[in-house]
Formats: sequence, C-alpha cells, structure tokens
Amino acid sequence: MAVKLNYREYFKEEALPLMWCAGCGNGILLRAITDALADLEIPPHQVVVSTGIGCWGKADDYMTTHAFHGSHGRALAFATGIKLGNPDLHVIALMGDGDALAIGGNHFIHAARRNIDITAIISNNFTYGMTGGQYSPTTPLSYKTTTSPVGVAEPAFDVCGLAEECGANYVARSTVYHVTQLKRFIAAAIQKKGFNVVEAINTCPTHFGRRNIPGDTVEMMKYIKDIGMPRSRFEKLDEEEKNKYLLTGELVNRERPDFLSVYREINPAASESGRGEGK
Amino acid sequence: MSRPEGIQLMEGNHACAWGAIDAGARFYAGYPITPSSEIAEVCARELPAYGGTYIQMEDEIGSIAAIIGASLSGKKSFTATSGPGFSLMQENLGVGIYQEVPCVVVNIQRVGPATGLATQPAQADVMQARWGTHGDHPIIAISPASVQEMYDFTIRAFNLSERFRIPVILLGDQVVGQTYENIALPDPGSLEIVERKKPTVPPEEYLPYQPDENLVPPMAAYGDKHILHASSTCHCETGYSNFKYGTNRQLLNRLKNKIYNYLDEIIDVEYFGPEKAEVTLVSFGSASRVCKYVVGLAEKEGIKVNLLRLISIWPFPDREVQEALAKTGACVVAEMNQGQVINEVNRVNTTNTPVHLASGIDGELIRPEIIMASIREAVK
Repeated sequence: MAVKLNYREYFKEEALPLMWCAGCGNGILLRAITDALADLEIPPHQVVVSTGIGCWGKADDYMTTHAFHGSHGRALAFATGIKLGNPDLHVIALMGDGDALAIGGNHFIHAARRNIDITAIISNNFTYGMTGGQYSPTTPLSYKTTTSPVGVAEPAFDVCGLAEECGANYVARSTVYHVTQLKRFIAAAIQKKGFNVVEAINTCPTHFGRRNIPGDTVEMMKYIKDIGMPRSRFEKLDEEEKNKYLLTGELVNRERPDFLSVYREINPAASESGRGEGK
Repeated sequence: MSRPEGIQLMEGNHACAWGAIDAGARFYAGYPITPSSEIAEVCARELPAYGGTYIQMEDEIGSIAAIIGASLSGKKSFTATSGPGFSLMQENLGVGIYQEVPCVVVNIQRVGPATGLATQPAQADVMQARWGTHGDHPIIAISPASVQEMYDFTIRAFNLSERFRIPVILLGDQVVGQTYENIALPDPGSLEIVERKKPTVPPEEYLPYQPDENLVPPMAAYGDKHILHASSTCHCETGYSNFKYGTNRQLLNRLKNKIYNYLDEIIDVEYFGPEKAEVTLVSFGSASRVCKYVVGLAEKEGIKVNLLRLISIWPFPDREVQEALAKTGACVVAEMNQGQVINEVNRVNTTNTPVHLASGIDGELIRPEIIMASIREAVK
C-alpha cells in the first residue's frame, strides 16, 4: 500500500522557528501549500517554488522542494524560464502584493496573457512588511502606512480582477483565516494547466494592522475573516458597501489553452524531450 | 530554413545564433532591440526544430530571468541585446553570478548613453560588462571581431559558461553583428562542446553549493532527485540562506577564485605584426580589425607598429598587456569609446610606458586616421 504523503515531506522542519512576526499568516499559508502538495501526492523533486523578495519571499527557506529565490518582482519571469526549461515540473511562484503587482506587475500581466502553466500564490497583506510598512498597490484608499501617514491617495489594485482581465485560467481569493478553503483553492490551482492565481488575504499586525485596525493581532485576524465575502452575499451589496469587502471564492475557472500547448501546436517540430536535432 | 551548408554569405548575428544552436542552446528568451534582433529571429525560426523553445519576454529584465530559470531546469540558454537592454539585465546578471548559473548574454553594442545612436556601433559597454551589476563579482567577457568569430566565440562563451558555472558576456558591436562575410559552419560533430558537471553522489548526500576540487559545484537540474536550492541571498553549501559571520566571505572568495585561479583556461589574446615595434596598439573587437590595417599604413610612414588584440576582455589579460608594454616604446589603445580599456592598460603599466588613446566615438567603425594620429603623437 502506498504511503500517504504528509506536509512534512515539503516542510523543512529544521529551519524552524519561522522568521515571520507573531500574528502573521504566512505560516498558515505555507502549511496550506505543503498540505495541498501532500494531498496531490506530487513528489518534492517535481516541484519548484520561485520566490520573490519580501516577507513572503522567504518561504523557500522552509521548503524541501527545488527552489529559486531571485530578485524583487521577478519570480514569475524566472518561473517562466524554469517551466519552459522543463515542462514536466510543477512551478509555483510565491509573491507578496508589492512583489507581484508593483515592481513585478509587468511580468504578472504578461504571464496571465500567455497563460503560462505556473501557479501564482500571492500573500496580500496590503503593505511592504519587510521594509517597514510602506503603502503597496493593494493598500486600500485612505489607509495609513509609514509612507502615507495621513492615508494613501491611490486606489488599490484588485489582484483577482487584474488576473482575470489579463487571461488567467483560474483565479481564486481566500484568506489565511479560511484555511480549508485556501488549501482547496491552492490544490485546484496546482492541478490545473495554465496561469492560475490564488490570492491569500493575509495579516500584518506589525505594520498594517497597527495603524489601521483597532486592537491586537486577534482583532487583525477577525478583520481578515470579516472582509472576505462570497459572491452570493457580495453581489447583494450596494456599490459603496462593496468597497469595504473583498470578494472571495473561485472567481475564474476556464479552459484557455496554455502557452506551451499553443507553441507546440503551431511549431509541430518542437519535441517534448528537447532533444531534437534540427533539420 | 535549415542549417546553412557550405560557404555562405552570412550576417554576424545569424552566425551567433547558429553558434549557440551548435553549442547546444535550446532556450532563448529576449526582447527586440537594434542592432541585435536578428539573433532572436533566427532562434524563433530554428529552435523548435531542435526541440528548443523561443519566448519573447515583456522586457530585458524578464529575458535574463527566463534564461537563468531555464538553465537551472537543465537547458543551455541565452539572450541577446544591446546597451539599453544590457542595462536592464544588470540586477539579474548578478543573480546568475551569485547562483552560479551557466548562460550566455550577447551584447551587440551601440552608441550610448540613453538611446544614443541606436543603429550605430560603439564599444562603450566594456565597464558595464565588468561592473554593471552591484556588489563584488567576477565576470567573463569575450569580444569577437568577425562573422566567423561571432560563430566560434558564441560556442566558446557557452563552453566557458558551462565549465565555470557563470554567465558569459559575448561583447560584440553593431559592426560584427550586422556585417556579412563568408563563413562555412563546421560539422557540429567536430566541435568541442563542454557540458556542466552533474552530481555523482546519491541525492540525499547532494549539497548544491559544495564545490569540487576546481571550486565549481556539480550542478543538478530542477526535476532531478538531487534537490537544487538556488538563492540570491547569501547561502552556504546547502543553497539555503545563511547569515553567519564568514559565510559571505567564503562564498565571494570562492566565486572569485574559481575564475582567477584558472586564468590560463580563459585568457586569450592575438599578436599581429612585427615582434619588436616602436608602438604597440592594444585593441579588441571590430576596432582591432582597423588596427591590423593601420599596422600596414604606419609601416609606409616608416613607423614600426604591432598589435596586441584582446580576445578575452574580462578577466583582463594583465600579464599579456604588461609584457607587451615592457617590450615597446609606446602604446596606443584604440577603442570605440572615450577611454575604458586604456584605464586597465594603465593599471598594469609597471614600466611607465607612454600610453595614448585613439578614441572612436562617432557612431562608425573607428577611422584609421584617428589611430594614425595617435601613433604619430606617440613617436613624436
């Protein structure tokens, strides 16, 4: 009988303790990913995580899979080469909100447009945590950060809306409070071919919560729980009310062909093995 | 199209692409830029037939990122660009150096800074190639001067990159990139092709950054059972982050020594003209072709001139330049910039030989009269 895999196969226990602050949800997100990989029974050597720079960019330090830790904003660009270099791999890009949508925004929209077979897991804590809590492209309008002391003057990106518009095959949003749902979305994204995005709404009690959410880290977690709202309830809200909540659930699940399938279809000579000898 | 047979009139950029394919490159990621774009065009057309992949990335930052990723997945990979794109690649070039990722970056130089003269040649990225990325690091750069060398040196660039696990810069310019010359591609089976060292230990014993006796660690590929953890953060032999005192010193010293302890395998120069001369020209790339013509011109004026042509630019051929300076009356450095290699020549000038600059910054191949004027100045 086959031995069922456990999250510990993917988790580097000797690297504990986690470097993240008490009350940060990155550990929960990491557990959801390693649980999903175990449920899918994908051997660690068939997985590559490509991380960006920032708090969530440290995630590879706690994983036993193949890993790439590169430069700020470029996790998807490196992941694109990793996937095309060996299409059999499961390539998972782990990015924060600043990483994926500010400095890495260009790679994000083009990865979605190409529908390249990569799973992007975005830990969205609404701020640049690692650098001390500056505002990011997902900081809600008027919220306070160290570089928006009286409130940010820019509207926030809707991560999932952007991914959908640009062509991602699968788009889902959950929170680090809704662990079971989060794990389910991650597993679905890893299994599906194409560019698949899971946005995990995360806490940052140290920087974001402290300036914007009254109370302690538990209150921050409650805030995360309460702003997530499924479509059935979300759509009953009026437009102004909608701004206070984030739509959660599987938002897109479609069947656009991924980049490599199209590339091989129009270049029939391109072999699977990469060992072709030319003409 | 298929692989050109027999003697062909071929553009330098095309010869570069065929050199890469013959060296085993199976992945190209790039962003169009004059005067390098034909390299991308040949790759887009030819790579699929070799089981390879071409992708046009959203910018040059993504292009170098993608080739680094593909190389770690086990494919020989390269990109081509010109000055502005090369600038955008600098941060991730450092990632490739620090993670020891074999790959080739072709820079077909044009006049800068900024957009400069987008279609015209310069050799002003010599220092960008050396110091463009931040932090201490070694780099290998070699400079072709003909269509034949665009082919040969591209293969050499891949071989050096696989041997030393480092990104290698092929520093060409618009003249060598877009000139057409006769070339016959050799039988690919006759070429000496170097492949990266693979691990020989069992997967559970593999430490991806534990060096062999030549200071280069054997390299697993993503997908192998040997787990490859490649990090741009200071790392120890496991590949994982490590911030202990001494780790970065050990890593940076090894990265330097794996190159500088083996200079004999890298340094390459060409001597042209009489062994003893009143004036020695030091030059590289397309400017060195003009220098060969100038050796004859000077002879007609009764001035004995020879040429030391630098084929490998980085690491700089310190010893060869030093010896040439010691043997000559004066030196003229001919380069298509305001003076970059000349500073390196002066750095190793222990004999206090007079060194003059012949500077071509006019958006064309340096004119012989510019070099002749410097020679006359040197013998005055």
